[in-house]
Amino acid sequence: MLTFLAPIGAVFLGFLAATGRLVVFAGLTLVTAFTPPIYPRVILREMVNIGYFSLPVVGLTAIFTGMVLALQSYTGFSRFAAEGAVATVVVLSVTRELGPVITGLMVAGRVGAAMAAEIGTMRVTDQIDALATLSTDPLRYLVLPRLFAGLITLPMLVLVADIIGVFGGYLVGVYKLGFNPEAYLNRTQQYLETSDVVSGLVKAAVFGFIVALMGCYHGYYSRGGAQGVGQATTYAVVSASVLILIFNYVITAAFFGR
Amino acid sequence: MKSFGRNRVLDGVDIDCATSESLVIIGGSGTGKSVLVKCILGLLQPEAGSIRIDGVETAGLGRAARERLMQKFGMLFQASALFDSLRVWENVAFGLIQGRGMERKAAKETALAKLAAVGLATEVGELRPAELSGGMQKRVALARAIAADPEIIFFDEPTTGLDPIMGDVINDLIVKCVREAGTTAVSITHDMVSARKIADRIAMLHGGRIIWNGSATEIDCSRNPYVDQFINGRAEGPIQMKIRAS
Repeated sequence: MLTFLAPIGAVFLGFLAATGRLVVFAGLTLVTAFTPPIYPRVILREMVNIGYFSLPVVGLTAIFTGMVLALQSYTGFSRFAAEGAVATVVVLSVTRELGPVITGLMVAGRVGAAMAAEIGTMRVTDQIDALATLSTDPLRYLVLPRLFAGLITLPMLVLVADIIGVFGGYLVGVYKLGFNPEAYLNRTQQYLETSDVVSGLVKAAVFGFIVALMGCYHGYYSRGGAQGVGQATTYAVVSASVLILIFNYVITAAFFGR
Repeated sequence: MKSFGRNRVLDGVDIDCATSESLVIIGGSGTGKSVLVKCILGLLQPEAGSIRIDGVETAGLGRAARERLMQKFGMLFQASALFDSLRVWENVAFGLIQGRGMERKAAKETALAKLAAVGLATEVGELRPAELSGGMQKRVALARAIAADPEIIFFDEPTTGLDPIMGDVINDLIVKCVREAGTTAVSITHDMVSARKIADRIAMLHGGRIIWNGSATEIDCSRNPYVDQFINGRAEGPIQMKIRAS
């Protein structure tokens, strides 16, 4: 019986230890935000990396998501003569869920992996140790700017994704499904509330933080040369993606739960 | 003392280094030379023991105090550890700008002066580390180590991976930088040519302990069989290198 339970216990203890390490890592990093120096150049550079260079992939994802959503909604709702709800469903789904979640997942794959690879390579080539010998706290210089950049930039990306996603739905609705453009736009804004957009932007900020944290954490603790760095990028993307889905539920429940 | 799992790497190392002295620690691969330097710098935490710099205990220092202490140090890493995303002059000036809050323009001037001191032209300052040869990267790393005129410089295998001529160029630069500035230097190497050139005193690390410690001129008549085998590069002797069969 013990032989059967021991590996389960070991996995569970390993999970707790990893969670503890992650919380300590995040805590030590955030504490540095309350004392100087802060590195605005590094923050700005990361914001450009995360935000500006993610625009093409986020824009493409968003427009096709909106287009597919409009098509699928119409196909489904036409079974019970509710085609008129397509515009409303598209805007609520995009702003509340698909905009933040799909943007978060795309950025996790693009940015989270890049952060893990960059910081992991720095770890295995002693560059992080070199920072410490140059009186520079690696958490303050490398990690904190990336956390700030993720927190600030992802809501901006999601706002862009929301607009492009709704536009994608408009394109399909008007030019393929034959909706009247003015009626479609009216139905789009008729049932949209501030909390729908705000909940999406709050999710985006949390997801941005998660992507940056997991990328930095796995890169910072990578070991074992190129293989270790490769593993770190995989873990960064997978763990960020899973946490995005978990926190998506938590935040949705907080905003809209009864 | 320092262990990694069951492997006790440092097992009672007892050594000191006087101000302005150049101490070289020699030993075989895997004997813990880099671990010793990282413990002194605070990059690794020893399980037990005392590390005193200028009479002040440094083991177990807090982060802020450690950052202040690091301002006394310069370090030349074995693989140079230059920051790939920064230009050469930004690498050299990094400790001045980020660590000491110097203005970028003034730091750049200092960086270019240090590059000149290691024999690199001003134009090299605008290149990225990936565009440099191994020898040039090592010289840039040396310039970075001395940029802030530290009191103590650590050299981790300064000539490893370099051809004999470039290795001697680095040795000459180390001697020049250290002796001109009166800096204390702690080097780790298994290059005996380099050790003889740059050392005032040599200590040998083996089995987690310092087994010999004396002036560079005395090493050839140490009467220590381990030292004798090592400095003459003989496979036979009391030092048995572990070879793992795959």
